[in-house]
Amino acid sequence: MTTPLLRVSTIETLYVDRIYALFGVSLEVREGEIFTVLGPNGAGKTTLLRTIAGLLKDQPKKGQIFFDGRRIDGRPPEAIARLGVVYVPEDRGLFRELTVAENLELGLWGRRDDGVAQDLDFVHGMFPILRERAGQQAETLSGGEQQMLALGRAMLRRPRLLMLDEPSLGLAPRIAKSVYEALATIGRTGTTILLVEQNARLALQAAHRGAILEAGRVVLEGTSEELMGNEDVRDVYLGVGAAEMATRGWRLYRKRRRW
Amino acid sequence: MDLVESYRQDLALARTPVTRALLAALLVALAMFPWVAAEHFVFLATLVALYSIGVMGQNILIGYTGQISFGQAGFLAIGAFAFGHLRIWGAPFLVALVAAGGVAALAGVVVGFPSLRLKGPYLAIATLGFGVAVYQIFVNWEVLSGGRSGLAITKLSPMFGLSGRRYEYYLYVLLLVGFTLATYNLISSYVGRAFAAIRDSDIAAEVNGVNLTRYKLLAFAISSFYTGVHGALYAQVLGHIEPQIFNIAEAITLFVAVIIGGVASVEGSILGAAFVLLVPKVFADFREMVPIVYGVTILIVLIFEPLGLYGRWLKARLYFQLWPFR
Repeated sequence: MTTPLLRVSTIETLYVDRIYALFGVSLEVREGEIFTVLGPNGAGKTTLLRTIAGLLKDQPKKGQIFFDGRRIDGRPPEAIARLGVVYVPEDRGLFRELTVAENLELGLWGRRDDGVAQDLDFVHGMFPILRERAGQQAETLSGGEQQMLALGRAMLRRPRLLMLDEPSLGLAPRIAKSVYEALATIGRTGTTILLVEQNARLALQAAHRGAILEAGRVVLEGTSEELMGNEDVRDVYLGVGAAEMATRGWRLYRKRRRW
Repeated sequence: MDLVESYRQDLALARTPVTRALLAALLVALAMFPWVAAEHFVFLATLVALYSIGVMGQNILIGYTGQISFGQAGFLAIGAFAFGHLRIWGAPFLVALVAAGGVAALAGVVVGFPSLRLKGPYLAIATLGFGVAVYQIFVNWEVLSGGRSGLAITKLSPMFGLSGRRYEYYLYVLLLVGFTLATYNLISSYVGRAFAAIRDSDIAAEVNGVNLTRYKLLAFAISSFYTGVHGALYAQVLGHIEPQIFNIAEAITLFVAVIIGGVASVEGSILGAAFVLLVPKVFADFREMVPIVYGVTILIVLIFEPLGLYGRWLKARLYFQLWPFR
């Protein structure tokens, strides 16, 4: 078996040294795959990505994170970014007062190789609107365009692991679908994607494998097909299966869930 | 319509022949100025030149990097007194000038450390504390400040047969041109991009590979270097310095110059410096009016022209470019 590109090993992340956000989370993301982490609000999905990206100071308190065989926990975020781990936060992390072109230039920050023009062509080919809006301030773009800019800028960093936090958040279903089509295109370039999402249907359709995170613990892991076939996932995250789930809600589900 | 088609064009200081002609005319006007204007105005222009360097430094920190600092009076004092002592010990003007900037830059790095944890108003208060502390140190530590009599600084000996005022004017304008070019270069470089990234979103900057610690401290160091040089040039012009000159009002004046001139604009820094120096002169007979003019102007700028005087200039230029259409 090949070494995974990202290996998260029993990490514990705490806020204000008391509140557990992640409790012994372990994951393995293989090279070239799209891996999704699903879960309800407050499960620790964003915290997981921020911990991997090194954005939470002195975290994880326990456990290790390996990227490409190298231990990265405890390293500063810019050092992790330079290894090829690119994180697109939930709010898209755009430089809102800068133009589209300037945002893309910042994606190229620190790059000294010859592939810049080629990568810009790839991004403009995937999102032609970014070329049209080059001189426009990022904050004046629509939600979908902002997400495209965030993805385009992330791709200019030539990521080996692209971590996306809820890329469909706040987007109309049609726009969300086109963002996921772009993700599939990115996936085909061989870029490994770690995706955190509440829209389970979209995420599982795009991903090869996934995990369910609840209350800071991984409660289920498997291929997308396995997860889509799981009765609890179907009930709670896909909204199909037992009809009474919709009306009786989360409390009842908590009593009868199997994990 | 003039469109920028290459990176080289984007970096060019003067893109069109008209801009180049205007720039040349401005340089000629600056060169001619001391020969046609009264000595008092030459002195004022010298002050505007040195003040512009300080405002530019403040603008690098506030406008480009988004770090609010009210500690500039402290850096001014450090620059001025370092320069004063070095000149008294016999250091040549340029050596003392660079050293004064260097000492202020070192102080800037120290003050920059809180910026790694503090933001916005909290950082403003922390830097304000630094400004007040430096003022108190110079007031109470006579070895540093020369006590009540202050420090007397050796006058520059004019060269090329120029009078003292004209020589000072040319030297300072030359320094301003140098600092202006350096600032343009800085903001167009990858360092300037990193500063803008930190200003807009420090998390996004970090995940794009920008080392926040390094670039925030660098912004403080560069900005303080400019302010230190400003302090040194001011000391040279005055010929005599005492700590009372560098009180909190100086820091506020620099801040006002940045806001009125135009945040994140090199040209705005020069316009802002001219504004804060010339308004008190225009209202010389009504000194009590100066704070009112400052206050009202800031309000007007914030409400109607967030880009400051530089924004006004951009709009005027656009009007003439599009003329007779609107």
